[in-house]
Amino acid sequence: MKKSIIAAAVLAGGMIMSGQAMAAKTLVYCSEGSPEGFDAALYTSGTTFDASANTMFDGLVNFKVGTTEVVPGLAESWDVSVDGLELTFKLRPGVKFHTTKNFTPTRDMNADDIIFSFNRQMDKEDPYYKENNGNFGYWNAMDMSNLINDVVKVDDLTVKFMLDHPEAPIVSNMAMAFASIQSAEYGAQLVASGKLGDLNQKPVGTGPFQFVGYKKDSVIRYAKNTQYWGEQAKIDNLVFSITTDASVRFQKMKAGECHAMPYPNPADIADIRNTDGINMMQQEGLNVGYLAYNTEKDKFKDVRVRKALNYAINKDAIKQVVFNGEASVAKNPIPPTIWSYDESTVDDAYDVEKAKALLKEAGISGFKTNIWAMPVQRPYNPDAKKMAELIQADWAKIGVDAEIVTFEWGEYLKRSKAGEHDTVLLGWTGDNGDPDNFLRVLLGCAAAKSGDNRARWCNAEFEQELQDALLSTDPEVRTTAYENAQKIFKKEAPWATIAHSTVFMPISDKVSGYKIDPLGGHFFHNVDLK
Amino acid sequence: MFSFLFRRLLVLIPTYIGITLTAFVFIRVIPGDPILVMSGERSPSPEKYAELMHAFGFDQPLYVQYFEYVKDLLQGDFGKSIVTGRPVLEEFFELFPATVELAAFALFFALLIGIPAGIIAAVKRGTFYDHTLMTISLTGFSMPLFWWALLLIVFFSGYLGWTPVSGRISALYFFDTPTGFMLIDSWLSNEEGAFKSAVMHLILPAVALGTIPMATFARQSRSAMLETLGEDFIKTARAKGLSPFKVTVVHAFRNALIPIVTVIGLSVGVLLGGAILTETIFSWPGIGKWMVDSIFRRDYPVVQGGLILIATIVIMVNLTVDVLYGIIDPRISKKGH
Repeated sequence: MKKSIIAAAVLAGGMIMSGQAMAAKTLVYCSEGSPEGFDAALYTSGTTFDASANTMFDGLVNFKVGTTEVVPGLAESWDVSVDGLELTFKLRPGVKFHTTKNFTPTRDMNADDIIFSFNRQMDKEDPYYKENNGNFGYWNAMDMSNLINDVVKVDDLTVKFMLDHPEAPIVSNMAMAFASIQSAEYGAQLVASGKLGDLNQKPVGTGPFQFVGYKKDSVIRYAKNTQYWGEQAKIDNLVFSITTDASVRFQKMKAGECHAMPYPNPADIADIRNTDGINMMQQEGLNVGYLAYNTEKDKFKDVRVRKALNYAINKDAIKQVVFNGEASVAKNPIPPTIWSYDESTVDDAYDVEKAKALLKEAGISGFKTNIWAMPVQRPYNPDAKKMAELIQADWAKIGVDAEIVTFEWGEYLKRSKAGEHDTVLLGWTGDNGDPDNFLRVLLGCAAAKSGDNRARWCNAEFEQELQDALLSTDPEVRTTAYENAQKIFKKEAPWATIAHSTVFMPISDKVSGYKIDPLGGHFFHNVDLK
Repeated sequence: MFSFLFRRLLVLIPTYIGITLTAFVFIRVIPGDPILVMSGERSPSPEKYAELMHAFGFDQPLYVQYFEYVKDLLQGDFGKSIVTGRPVLEEFFELFPATVELAAFALFFALLIGIPAGIIAAVKRGTFYDHTLMTISLTGFSMPLFWWALLLIVFFSGYLGWTPVSGRISALYFFDTPTGFMLIDSWLSNEEGAFKSAVMHLILPAVALGTIPMATFARQSRSAMLETLGEDFIKTARAKGLSPFKVTVVHAFRNALIPIVTVIGLSVGVLLGGAILTETIFSWPGIGKWMVDSIFRRDYPVVQGGLILIATIVIMVNLTVDVLYGIIDPRISKKGH
């Protein structure tokens, strides 16, 4: 019988592993859910990215683990033309794709692989585009087809992206999961055998780990890529033990059945901190939770009303009740961990009298409205209903009668995008560490038109700052523009910024070298086991 | 017997029409669609959204989608998962053995404890044993499954450290699973300790899932036995001088079996339903968890196909129970003539 037993490192006492050979180092990560597949371009969930892009693939550029700094990946260097319309990448020579049960590469990675990886997402005639009905999550959400006109091979190790218009964050975008580089040779082999789905089920990448197998909804097994172009992983095997219940994940950590787990249950945090053998790592998340005022509705057109409602919200109470104190109050629409964050912003601090005075000045004594509360837990808001109840009580003090409304998640997104709400709770987790990924995506004029800007707020002055930053590659120019944009935002108050939640990562004290990724990913190639 | 079976099979035609229609309508009346749910906050532009809905055929009138679906079903095509892109049948049969293994052991546990407890309670009616067993069974029946499962984990895995917390086998074993039944595959794998690990992983989920059926069996066995024990033929058997064991097991129990078998048959549906929670809590990769994930993701083909396949299993089990009635009590199938 064919079998591939993985020898394992001895974990903490209590682990059930009777009689295995324990020479190699195996790290068990109790992941929070099943990946939807292993082709990151098809999906938008972090769970899938952890199991695919973050373990087995590289981009042309990567994010330096633990930061949002862009560093060379499969490209050694890159160059942006003066007009910002051409982006040229010089590829790293000698990069090997994984050799697996299904595929043995005959050549090193080259420009054809880059073209294949992007064309399948933008070329409607590409067999992989057809196979997936063009359902490439991030590509579509970021409207990349309107940015990238063509990807051209200059020579085997040089590739050029022809852009429709200049866009400064394009290089950061190339480090995102959807831009993971696939093997064109493997792709062609699968087309020839009619098994196109295997690109998503039996992945072949260039990353630090390679795919060994997946038992659906149970376990994913990876082995170290011994031909990795960069620094090789320190562990020999990586196991994702899929454990959906957060409290059960903690029990597994306690029992020594796994070395690391994401997303602990907030109620377990104090317990985890007091558990021997587990270190609780934490970091401010690259996220923001907010309440957007629908500025197309008459009652929210007056900035004084929006400001009054902001002053009436006791954000400290929300932080304590909804986040168990494990968050920071948000004053800007971007988190403090992102560059260009405006430290000088003065928040609309809780002041009921000031709120009443502002409403009076606006000629309003009180009104009826609604607060839309999400039906699901999100990293930026663990309990939207409770948050809505607190805001409802706060607003009642200034004579504003708010009704709490909720819908099923898909419906919630759809209806709020259509602008049916008065006020809506939502949030965002950063994708690439660029302020543009928050400000333009959530508050830009194009987003007001598409509905992603839930405040439906389009301010010419603010938009100009965003455009100035978008078209410039000079960090100083961009920083100044984004700082100005934040000042305008604060003055105009299209949102009540609520909080930036804290990200926790309980990890065994036998693990060293783990860094929390500000973008929410989980990376293990720099990790070692004692 | 054949005409009895034939009539039962004939009833399946309208049953299946009902099931396909229910499965089809059920997932579509839940607000939201796969494209929106999959993209979350990162939704495509309205134009792209319309293009995707068209590409997946979700913009067609519902009746057209239904007839297309039934047409494919009649050809044995259950469709592909919108999320994973894999055929629904392939995913179902990959996960189904895990659910069967769990349900079978839960049933075994429930029968092993529940029926003897019911018989003892009936024979010792009104005594301390009766009251204790029935109180325990009522507690078992009333306990919320998710709470009971977590309690078992915290006590047996966390506090005592006797059993592993979750999963089907230690994450460190990785071998081919040709049958999908972990007990068999771990045995065949010849890996040292693999079989023991699989057994240890099965205990808590089986106990958690088997608790409610166990309580039901105990109460049902007790009342069925009490009814039978009061019958004239039991008095006759006793008067003939048969031993109390023979009277209870051979005469009374056999005649009490019909309601017990009915409850066992019905409990298959309960076990499959309970498997959803049990599988989620114990990270047991079975069809319950698969269905829940698919409902949340609005994966129409998986939810539809899964419901039809699960309904088929429940129908088959109930058909078997009907046949068993005929064997236990031949008067039932003869009444059909």
